[in-house]
Amino acid sequence: MKKSPIVTVVAIGIGAALFFVLGRFVAIPSPVPNTNIALQYGLCAFMTVLFGPVAGALIAFIGHTLIDFSYGWGIWWSWVIASGVFGLLFGFASKKIKLADGEFGKKDILRFNIAQLCCHLVAWGLVAPTLDVLMFAEPANKVYLQCLVGGISNIVTTAIVGTLLCLAYAKAKPGKGSLKEEK
Amino acid sequence: MRPLFNYIDRPSPVHRLTGAAKLVSMLLWTLAAMTTYDTRLLALLAVGGVALFAAARLRIADVSFLFGFILVFMVLNNLLVFLFAPEHGVSIYGTRHVLFSLGGRWVVTKEQLFYHLNLLLKYCAMIPVVMAFICTTQPSEFAASLNRIGVKYTVAYSVALALRYIPDVQRDYHEISQAQQARGIEMSRKESLIKRLKSASAILIPLILSSMDRIEVISNAMELRGFGKNKKRSWYMARPFTAGDVLAMILCALLFAAALILNRLNGGRFYNPFV
Repeated sequence: MKKSPIVTVVAIGIGAALFFVLGRFVAIPSPVPNTNIALQYGLCAFMTVLFGPVAGALIAFIGHTLIDFSYGWGIWWSWVIASGVFGLLFGFASKKIKLADGEFGKKDILRFNIAQLCCHLVAWGLVAPTLDVLMFAEPANKVYLQCLVGGISNIVTTAIVGTLLCLAYAKAKPGKGSLKEEK
Repeated sequence: MRPLFNYIDRPSPVHRLTGAAKLVSMLLWTLAAMTTYDTRLLALLAVGGVALFAAARLRIADVSFLFGFILVFMVLNNLLVFLFAPEHGVSIYGTRHVLFSLGGRWVVTKEQLFYHLNLLLKYCAMIPVVMAFICTTQPSEFAASLNRIGVKYTVAYSVALALRYIPDVQRDYHEISQAQQARGIEMSRKESLIKRLKSASAILIPLILSSMDRIEVISNAMELRGFGKNKKRSWYMARPFTAGDVLAMILCALLFAAALILNRLNGGRFYNPFV
């Protein structure tokens, strides 16, 4: 896909809409009461691989803000920013994956998952709890546990949903140089 | 389907304010509520928020469907704080007045209860204002006002696109999910967690691949109309500021300033009645 700036603008818009719908309505109930499994990070990782770090950061940031808005409980800036940080970092970490050309082999799966693991750990192990403690002065051990649970569930869903999405996209997309001139 | 961002068309002074002014005011208000833990200011913000909610001629019934979530969220958060840090209030306020013990390390102290009161007040200071903002601002005006407060217009346009396409994506999701369920995909609690995740993917893949096509169609259409050629862009929904807008923004700026000054006066973020 050629990288026109307009494509990025539209990808951010549609990506944020998808992020929102997945986060708000597609709630898969988990065994722990009152927590749902967040599929949206798998989608965010997939779109980030395709459209780059700026798109990734804004998709997560806008999408998460809209989710918070629609619940009406105020905007939890600490977690919203952490979401954006995940998108941004993952965009840089996944630069080597050429998914737009229809390539997603075993090596890419490994690279994708190692990158998402590291980025989620930074976002939910470091950024979110630190901001929570700074902004809301909540007890540190409670905040770290909350973020850790959220982070681990995000890592798992990104691993499953994100990888599956990339594989499906690579399959649907004709590979670069797959056409040959007939002689 | 319930309208999402629940704009309620019911003329009131709050509705008449421009979107940009409301956005700035709302951000300043929530910033003030976030920075301070001074009980007096929080109480003022909470009362003011409820008054604003009333001034916008909103009724509890308009937002009652949100209350369930918020109540669970508030109760759960407070319980977790007490469970994990029953002495958090003591460490903040520096004194210890024991009321009674719940066994083990869970001793209820006056300081802890006061901290929880502050935490609750913080929610009450933020929630009515955010709700009033959502209910009195049209989504398309929201995007225009983002550009007004200095966000790049391409980003503001992304937000506008997101708001425009949320209902479409939602409808697509619903259709695909029903088609897949007709083919025997199970999403309910009856299935194991891994299986549910897998069946969610069976819905997500068609949804997202079709969205990729949609991105291409929309960006081609925008390119044909010359989007992004100029440095600036006008907005259909943009309105000039009025005196009321300026007043609202100044008031909220003063509240934020009060929060910062109180932080200085109290020698920290907390107002301490125990010493």
